[in-house]
Amino acid sequence: MNVANPHLKFASQAVAKPYFVFALILFLGQVLFGLIMGLQYVIGDFLFPAIPFNVARMVHTNLLIVWLLFGFMGAAYYLVPEEADRELHSPKLAILLFWVFAAAGVLTILGYLLVPYAGLARLTHNELLPTMGREFLEQPTITKLGIVVVCLGFLYNIGMTLLKGRKTTVSMVMMTGLIGLAVFFLFSFYNPGNLARDKFYWWWVVHLWVEGVWELIMGSMLAFVLIKITGVDREVVEKWLYVIIAMALITGIIGTGHHFFWIGAPEVWLWVGSIFSALEPLPFLAMVMFAFSMVKNRRRQHPNRAATLWAKGTTVTAFFGAGVWGFLHTLAPVNFYTHGTQLTAAHGHLAFYGAYAMIVMTLISYAMPRLRGLGEAADERSQTLEVWGFWLMTLSMVMITLLLTAAGVVQVLLQRWAEDGTALPFMSTTDQLRGLFWARLVSGVGFLAGLLCYLLSFRQRGRAALRAPARVVPS
Amino acid sequence: MSTSAEQLPRQLPGDLAMWLFILAELSVFAILILAFAVTHHLKPQLFAASRALLDASTGLAMTLSLLSAGALAALAQVQVRQGQPRRAALLLLAALLVACVYVWLKLGEYRHLLGAGLGIERNTFFTLYWILTGFHFLHVLLGMLILAWLALTAWHRGYGPGQCSGFESGVLYWHMVDLVWVLLFPLVYLLG
Repeated sequence: MNVANPHLKFASQAVAKPYFVFALILFLGQVLFGLIMGLQYVIGDFLFPAIPFNVARMVHTNLLIVWLLFGFMGAAYYLVPEEADRELHSPKLAILLFWVFAAAGVLTILGYLLVPYAGLARLTHNELLPTMGREFLEQPTITKLGIVVVCLGFLYNIGMTLLKGRKTTVSMVMMTGLIGLAVFFLFSFYNPGNLARDKFYWWWVVHLWVEGVWELIMGSMLAFVLIKITGVDREVVEKWLYVIIAMALITGIIGTGHHFFWIGAPEVWLWVGSIFSALEPLPFLAMVMFAFSMVKNRRRQHPNRAATLWAKGTTVTAFFGAGVWGFLHTLAPVNFYTHGTQLTAAHGHLAFYGAYAMIVMTLISYAMPRLRGLGEAADERSQTLEVWGFWLMTLSMVMITLLLTAAGVVQVLLQRWAEDGTALPFMSTTDQLRGLFWARLVSGVGFLAGLLCYLLSFRQRGRAALRAPARVVPS
Repeated sequence: MSTSAEQLPRQLPGDLAMWLFILAELSVFAILILAFAVTHHLKPQLFAASRALLDASTGLAMTLSLLSAGALAALAQVQVRQGQPRRAALLLLAALLVACVYVWLKLGEYRHLLGAGLGIERNTFFTLYWILTGFHFLHVLLGMLILAWLALTAWHRGYGPGQCSGFESGVLYWHMVDLVWVLLFPLVYLLG
């Protein structure tokens, strides 16, 4: 316990705070650019030529990745000292890396917005080591190198803390996930000339992140919060974590094959990808069972009911978004018609929101009251506002998903399923989906309202925090 | 049955986590087996012609090897429950040796097929043959590692009558590997 903030076990955990704050600022930016694109779907020349659709999309997806990385790093800085039972190896390094990463992130986004992409490539001397121009990995090479440096410093800091401290399953799984994240990012520097090969290794970053190592990070963050808010035995939580991780790796790693169907890879991937990725909902189902059974068997009534709601919510939404919506189009015969349609967008939105945006908000919800010196939980009013934010964002995202799914089905029927000659081209198909896209835009505004509620829930300042001691639940 | 068995509290052998893991593994194998069976139904002639290129007697020998290893592992389990961990370790060692016969036969079969040009890209039968048996082969290797670990721990008296949940979990895993092969053998080598 430290004097400056008695609600933190170790003073150095405080370095997590700027990471969380900046993550949420970027999240707001991501949602605003999502809304811009939502409008561009129905009013094609909205903000043209200032922000063309492809630029808005690049900013939307890059902001997502960067804010989640900030969230994961903040989570690690909060969780690892507590698990290792010692101060962070170097809080100064953590703060320095925060500013390096934040500056690199802001400059890159400004580069996207202010300079034409080809100009940005020239400006940053992409020709020296060409890595630009690939979806989600559009960052200039210099930014990518910056990310590597930040990751190395971050892993060194976390790793040294762990080496010197207590080693728990939760922190080891987190560390494994974070190392995996850094290792697979290196494939963004491999840029072969052969297009099939290029796509093949591109997925080693994209898929092995979100359907591989990120699931380890999610699992350990979830386990950490559940241990804290339920008081259930660590041994039980760790056992669950092992099962979840094993399932995630068995299905996720070989499941990469579902991206190799139509890129020129051998036919065997049709089978391997379909079969193994069909089981990818399993680890997410296990996470739902895990969260609900831990909360049901809780030993204490934690005053932070918002954090409990996030913990349960992230597992359910991830199961539907990543598990069920992923399964919808993972089998090769189905994917033959659906790949790259609005169904993919539907899956992407609910999966990223449910699995990763929500797990970061789960940890923020648990840690922020302590980081801000408010105690175990914010006051009732703030929590009510946060719960409103939860439901508004989650239900809006469910609506976005359902509407995009409907758009995807119509798109497949008009553009892919129809016989040659009667099949509509892409832009004509998009015209037919205007009604659905308008409704999607309205849901997007609902999501922004939810996010604003959530951000407003942090307004409580210095007021007497809820200090109710934890109650023991009668069995 | 004996009254002593009835007096024992009803209790799941091994760890619940291991059962869940086995359930997940079996789901993967179930889908693989289903894919094989459905494709067999769709392309019966191709499957019959390709299956004729496999040697069923080798398949039978592999089945016997895995089942014997399973029986030895089960006997080892009995020894642990009776407080004889060192005997259990020796039985597991025997199980491992018997399982090596499977590995040797399987590698021989793989080499023979590759030599004959019957690789994973040859046709749909061989695509599924390699995926299915290859995935199972990896499980046998993992199962052998687990058995070796159990043998080592048992030799150092790490398990006893009151402390054999870990042992049971490991042996359970091996039985799962056995069970899957018992389904694979007729499906891949015999049917049709």
